[in-house]
Amino acid sequence: MKIQRHGAVLGLVAASSLLLGACGSDNNTGAGGSTSSATAASVPVDCGGKAKLNAEGSSAQKNAVDAFIQAYKAKCSNGDLAYNPTGSGAGVKQFNAGQVDFGGSDSALKAPAEVEAAAKRCQSNPAWHLPLVFGPVAIGYKLSGVDGLVLNGEVAAKIFNGGIKKWNDPAIKALNSSANLPDKDIAVVYRSDESGTTDNFQKYLKTASKGAWTQGDGKQFKGGVGEGKEKSAGVAQAASTVDGAVTYVELSFAQDNKLSIAKIDTGSGPVELTNETVGKSIDGAKIKGQGNDLVLDLDSIYGTTTAGAYPLLLATYEIVCSKGYDADTAKAVKAFLTVAATDGQAQLADAGYAPLPKAFQDKLLTAIKAIA
Amino acid sequence: MTDPVVAKRPAGSGNPGAARGVRAAQHPSEAPIPPTPEAVEKTPHVRPGDRIFRGLATGSGVFIVVLIGAIGLFLLLQAIPSLGLDQVNFLLSHEWNTTDPNNLRFGILDLLQVTVFSSAFALLIAMPISLGIALFLTQYAPRRLARPFAYIVDLLAAVPSIVYGLWGIFVLAPLLVPFQSWLNSALGFIPIFGTGNVKIEFGGTIFTAGIVLAVMILPIITAVSREVFERTPTMHVEGAIALGATKWEVIRTTVLPFGKAGYVSASMLGLGRALGETIALTIILNYTNTAFGWSLFDGGSTFASRIALAAAEFNDPRSAGAYIAAGLVLFVLTFVVNAAARSIVAGHKEYE
Amino acid sequence: MSTGLADPSRLATPPTFQSVSTGRKIKNGLATVLVWLAFAVAVVPLVWVLYTVVARGFPSIVDADWWQKSLSGLLGRQQGGGAYHAIVGTLLQGLVCGVISVPIGIFVGIYLVEYGGRSKLARTTTFMVDILTGVPSIVAALFIYALWVTTLGFSRSGFAVALALVLLMIPVIIRTTEEMLKIVPDELREASYALGIPKWKTIMKIVIPTALSGILTGIMLALARVMGETAPVLVLVGYAAYINFNLFDGPMASLPLLMNVERNNPTQAGYDRLWGAAITLVLIITLFNLLATVVSRWLAPKTK
Repeated sequence: MKIQRHGAVLGLVAASSLLLGACGSDNNTGAGGSTSSATAASVPVDCGGKAKLNAEGSSAQKNAVDAFIQAYKAKCSNGDLAYNPTGSGAGVKQFNAGQVDFGGSDSALKAPAEVEAAAKRCQSNPAWHLPLVFGPVAIGYKLSGVDGLVLNGEVAAKIFNGGIKKWNDPAIKALNSSANLPDKDIAVVYRSDESGTTDNFQKYLKTASKGAWTQGDGKQFKGGVGEGKEKSAGVAQAASTVDGAVTYVELSFAQDNKLSIAKIDTGSGPVELTNETVGKSIDGAKIKGQGNDLVLDLDSIYGTTTAGAYPLLLATYEIVCSKGYDADTAKAVKAFLTVAATDGQAQLADAGYAPLPKAFQDKLLTAIKAIA
Repeated sequence: MTDPVVAKRPAGSGNPGAARGVRAAQHPSEAPIPPTPEAVEKTPHVRPGDRIFRGLATGSGVFIVVLIGAIGLFLLLQAIPSLGLDQVNFLLSHEWNTTDPNNLRFGILDLLQVTVFSSAFALLIAMPISLGIALFLTQYAPRRLARPFAYIVDLLAAVPSIVYGLWGIFVLAPLLVPFQSWLNSALGFIPIFGTGNVKIEFGGTIFTAGIVLAVMILPIITAVSREVFERTPTMHVEGAIALGATKWEVIRTTVLPFGKAGYVSASMLGLGRALGETIALTIILNYTNTAFGWSLFDGGSTFASRIALAAAEFNDPRSAGAYIAAGLVLFVLTFVVNAAARSIVAGHKEYE
Repeated sequence: MSTGLADPSRLATPPTFQSVSTGRKIKNGLATVLVWLAFAVAVVPLVWVLYTVVARGFPSIVDADWWQKSLSGLLGRQQGGGAYHAIVGTLLQGLVCGVISVPIGIFVGIYLVEYGGRSKLARTTTFMVDILTGVPSIVAALFIYALWVTTLGFSRSGFAVALALVLLMIPVIIRTTEEMLKIVPDELREASYALGIPKWKTIMKIVIPTALSGILTGIMLALARVMGETAPVLVLVGYAAYINFNLFDGPMASLPLLMNVERNNPTQAGYDRLWGAAITLVLIITLFNLLATVVSRWLAPKTK
């Protein structure tokens, strides 16, 4: 047959693939926009060290880390970081195996196995938890004619485990005396995939419901009522299509799908979900860890009764070595985390996270500075 | 496109004599050669080139057999440890909770029921329609139109399933909600139209999923059936026409009896596709903790969608094993369906 | 055989000497209506799906950046960037999958037609090919996960995806090859043998080239099909917003994976990228389909 023709076909394929190979670009600086310098300036960043850092872990903080990377590249022109959102478990595993420079995790290292493995990885130095990313979780609902619904931990727990089935239930009425609650079924929507959001939400219910939530926690929803959709976008979209629906979802998804967001009454009056109320709650968080190891006592957030503190947050850590990095890596890790705790915070609110309040930011910076 | 070959399969193996008769009528000069000419086989000096080539070809054949064995074996090996840790009955439990590797609770009953039910529903819709299209393309459509239309239907088969899923949930589902509510209120006394365990308003019912699935398997069934119908011996058709049959009678007396087995096997192939469909159902179906109740307005998840939901969290081999076990059952299920499709065709040809 | 049906259909008009009873006429008419209706019903969703994809995706792909840039360094809600990284991933994974499956598939086809005959192995192979045809993509992905990741200890990568796609592509190529080889006239083989040419050379130089156009069409169609698979990329590779040419290491985007990620991005930018990736994928697949048609026309043996 016509060998030349086959050759020509092959040539064409080869040529087009070369063409494609030649013109791609990762450079999006023009479109990315410059990072604002709202909280910037005061803290000097010592750029340099390892050019490309590696990190892996929690997918919940993926968007925040993306914002940090953008800020880091803007501040330190030679620096870069690759974050691989494979999940908290994988992040811890890879960090302990020395595969990545730091890990992202939704929960603290488990004692003793993970803590010991981490210490070994850090040349016999303890690993520190740095809670850099806080994501407020909204109880979003769609109920025509009802704005500013108020719930508390106990009522929320009963809604999500089927104890309360109607919107005009006396328990809801008691918290919303002025609202015109319809005689409508509550349609609970939850995450059908395994998710840290679900885990945190159930932990919150466990802590704040005064015993009404007996289902426990975990990454799968255990309330036993309602129906599940996949991922945050799925639940938010589903909840926004049905009048009477209620769900728990990260703030940005609730806003983008125009869900109403419930206020939470922690005992000292209804608290709206805003940057300030979240900041207040972060400020009030107790630290369980020693010194610069900032392990949070989550119960102190979930169970807060401080007026104006919003209790329902997802806290995620960067897990780093206190000592034991080589000099290059240590320098770059410190530079990255410093940018993350300062400049990086400016973009967070838009991405659906809560920026760190000043006092907490200082705590983190002290810890970051102490990394050697 | 490519699947049609299944229907023609027996020509190569099942009962070559009979099948070749049909084939020979179409391509008088193209009957397959006797595979290994005796002469070559009996010569003591087999050329090294021949030996190597033969080895490569045979080796590839063996590779396929080994591959299927390996799929079953590896899935089984990975599943066994988790099955051992399972705290509930794997076959009879509704529960599916794998978050805590130390307390695995997974059973496939609901998955199996939802998978089979949604696929069967899809097949019920797709079978008559694709029969219609196949007849249209082979018997009714003007010849000039048949070719491009056939191409369009084939293109449908190549549209990625994620596109169908997105179309299904964002475009189709909202439009189906009123229709489903009406069905539910008007025919609710029939169990399969009864009130399900999810709310129809969300759109994520088996009903919606089944319709999207039907659209997805239409082209597959059509493509195979079309191939078979086209092979109806001209003599039969002419005979029927000579007897004064109307067009429909020609089809009923010649095309359909001839193509029946191929059509059924095509449908089985479509069923196989539907059973394993992943991402479209993951997007569309609403998950639920309530047991499946044989209603079209139920939600739930299929084997494939359940696996896809957890795919991002495959960190602990014990949890992953639970999903691999589900995958194994799905594999066996499709194996059975495909084997059934094959035996239908093979059995039929022997009668001729 | 197709021409055989065209003529008789004209003869189907009732003979003058015998009128067709009303009942039969009605049945015939009814059947005609139903068949047309079935076709109409099937065309509706196709046009609808395509319209949805085009209407929602078109604005994204007219931007030159879409074809040249990745999404590296962009936040979810920031506009801009492109799908280059995903296009590269899709094509690379498809290419590697093709390179592995094509020889295996063709050889199995050759075995079944030229060597296997009615032997037990050939019959078993045929049966196994049928089974492989029906293996769901998620099962193929799980198998590769169990083999490549859990047992052999490699990390998830683009190559693992290509391996899973191989399982889905091989049966299609085998089938096409088999069909195409079967319709190669025996005279060609016999003429070659008569000239003393070894069997393997006959196959390589006579049989395969004669069937080549059909085989290539099959390969193109199979490629188009596997590049749209979503299930393997869900299980076997992580998503990367940057360009990654390395199939063996690190996360790697592909168009289905990009869609799956942007599906969870509720902003306008996410919506644009989602449907932009959808239309890009459909375009690439259509392109491969067209290429298949062109190639098969180009290479088709010249008939007298």
